[in-house]
Amino acid sequence: MSVFFQRIRLLLGGKESSTLKGEAERQPLPAVVQETQAQVEDLDIPADDPLLAYLVSSASAVEIDKLNLDSPTLQRLREAGVQVSVPLVSQGELIGLLNLGDRMSEQEYSLDDRRLLDNLAAQAAPAMRVAQMALLQQIQARERERMEGELRVARFIQQNLLPRQLPQMAGWQIAAHWQPAREVSGDFYDFIELPDGRLAFLVADVTDKGVPASLVMATTRSLLRSTAERFTSPGIVLERTNNLLYPDIPAKMFVTCLYGVLDRLTGEMTIANAGHNLPYQHTRDGFVERHATGMPLGLMEGMTYPEVSFRLEPGDTLLLTSDGLIEAHNPAGAMFGFERVKALVAAHADEDLIQTILQDFNSFTGADHQQEDDLTLMTLTFNPLPAESELPGETILEFALPSQPGLERQAARRVLESLGDLHLDEARSKRLETAVAEATMNAMEHGNGFNPELMTHISVIREAARVVIRIADQGDHAPIPETQNPDLEAKLSGEQSARGWGLFLIRNMVDEMNTYADGGKNTIELILNLES
Amino acid sequence: MPFQAFDSHIRKEGDTAIIDLQGEINGLAEAGLNQAYTQAEASANTIVLNFSQVDYINSTGIALIVGLLARARKERKTLAVYGLSPHYREIFEITRLVDFMQIYQDEASAMAG
Repeated sequence: MSVFFQRIRLLLGGKESSTLKGEAERQPLPAVVQETQAQVEDLDIPADDPLLAYLVSSASAVEIDKLNLDSPTLQRLREAGVQVSVPLVSQGELIGLLNLGDRMSEQEYSLDDRRLLDNLAAQAAPAMRVAQMALLQQIQARERERMEGELRVARFIQQNLLPRQLPQMAGWQIAAHWQPAREVSGDFYDFIELPDGRLAFLVADVTDKGVPASLVMATTRSLLRSTAERFTSPGIVLERTNNLLYPDIPAKMFVTCLYGVLDRLTGEMTIANAGHNLPYQHTRDGFVERHATGMPLGLMEGMTYPEVSFRLEPGDTLLLTSDGLIEAHNPAGAMFGFERVKALVAAHADEDLIQTILQDFNSFTGADHQQEDDLTLMTLTFNPLPAESELPGETILEFALPSQPGLERQAARRVLESLGDLHLDEARSKRLETAVAEATMNAMEHGNGFNPELMTHISVIREAARVVIRIADQGDHAPIPETQNPDLEAKLSGEQSARGWGLFLIRNMVDEMNTYADGGKNTIELILNLES
Repeated sequence: MPFQAFDSHIRKEGDTAIIDLQGEINGLAEAGLNQAYTQAEASANTIVLNFSQVDYINSTGIALIVGLLARARKERKTLAVYGLSPHYREIFEITRLVDFMQIYQDEASAMAG
């Protein structure tokens, strides 16, 4: 290039020349003409300078002295001694200016000279353009690489703000899927262990995508976490977070959030909602949509968030989603939609629900799908182990008898008969018989003082893996004494009464014995564990 | 199960008195049992309780046996038992009565000593 321009100078005897960058491209260009005296390189023509429009429209050599425009650039060219400016125009865009000073012969530029310059400009402009674009691309590629590097770091940082591992709780299967549309996301989810032993869970969606959303995400997450440390009520956590977020969030940005807490033992849940998609509960009968409403976070100050409580029964799953699922489109332009999600939730129970949804999602959107929005899914499945001791038992026998000695054997026999289908072996039957008779005797004698008016109540409760027998008296005045190991030697030597074997015997005859005193009665509870 | 009142018979075999127990050994048997023992020990140094016709011993019954054992030890008599069902043999083990008296399977082994 420089060779080419040097030849022009030789031919025409121009004393100085320069190029300038076009207004449209703000990237500096290398000087293509080097041997000049008073350089006017890096000449920026402001977009509102009338000279710019004139140069683009003339598209031929312009005699600077003859121009009459109110243009600061024109003034600069004149001061630099430029006589003729040849605009280099490509595709209607000024990409450079060939400036020539006085001719060495000190003659005026002739019409032929100008025609030659025009021809040269017409050929040089596209070549300049190509060179410019190549350079621009190089710069952009470097810039892109830098930004991609930064985004990779941003994504890494953001991923570290998501739970590194899912909560591991007995009786629960918890799964989550997080799929940003770009390197970084406005979607996030979280789990927070609460001081009262419950678990908080949330899915949130910041308006917008990419870096701005991810910055708001980081702030919101911190606010939610710090608030959750002090308040266990979902409604209050959202209310506080909203009020803290509101002054700091950029205008027109907001965060939707579904926030809930669960009781890991009972499956009870309480949720509050800041403008987020409703959660769906898979139940034995299909599915239930759990309604909770409230304004998104960061939009208005002083909002309140009503709470909704419900319970997951064993086998139930709660699904939380973000917009990226429901609002995804297929190639025909149809939306994935709520109904499709509802049908999936109704038909699929367990922790594989997320995989099922993703498979359906992928086949719906097609192979060439460009993910439109961030996608987050969370499932909470309640599958408590059959903890027999907590299962309600079935009362298979309940009766009362007057407190008369001799009736304890009848009571023991009735209890044994009610357990006939267990086919207890002889030894266990006999032990249980002795235990029930002794406990009944204890209630009649110590609790009711052998008063025939006072009844002794007996109930037999069948649970999955054990039998519970409760024997209660009506006497609040004589609590059941602590079981002590009788000392036979002391009894034989007369230091101890020969009696006092009852509770000791009972405890040795059953797998577990408990005593309770409540509400004016004493209860002895006998427990027989059944072999699995 | 009809109520079976306590009853007993005493048989003498040399220096040994065998008390054949019947019915239930519980609080209601206290007087009868003590009376039978008193009668048996008057003419024998070894007293053997035959439980083979006893189908029920409750905690008060255990206390009565403990009482007899205490008397026997005090009076340097030997108290032994036989004819316990497996269940009551277990109870004699749990209460450690087996550590202080001879338990025999049947009358023959009890008499063989």
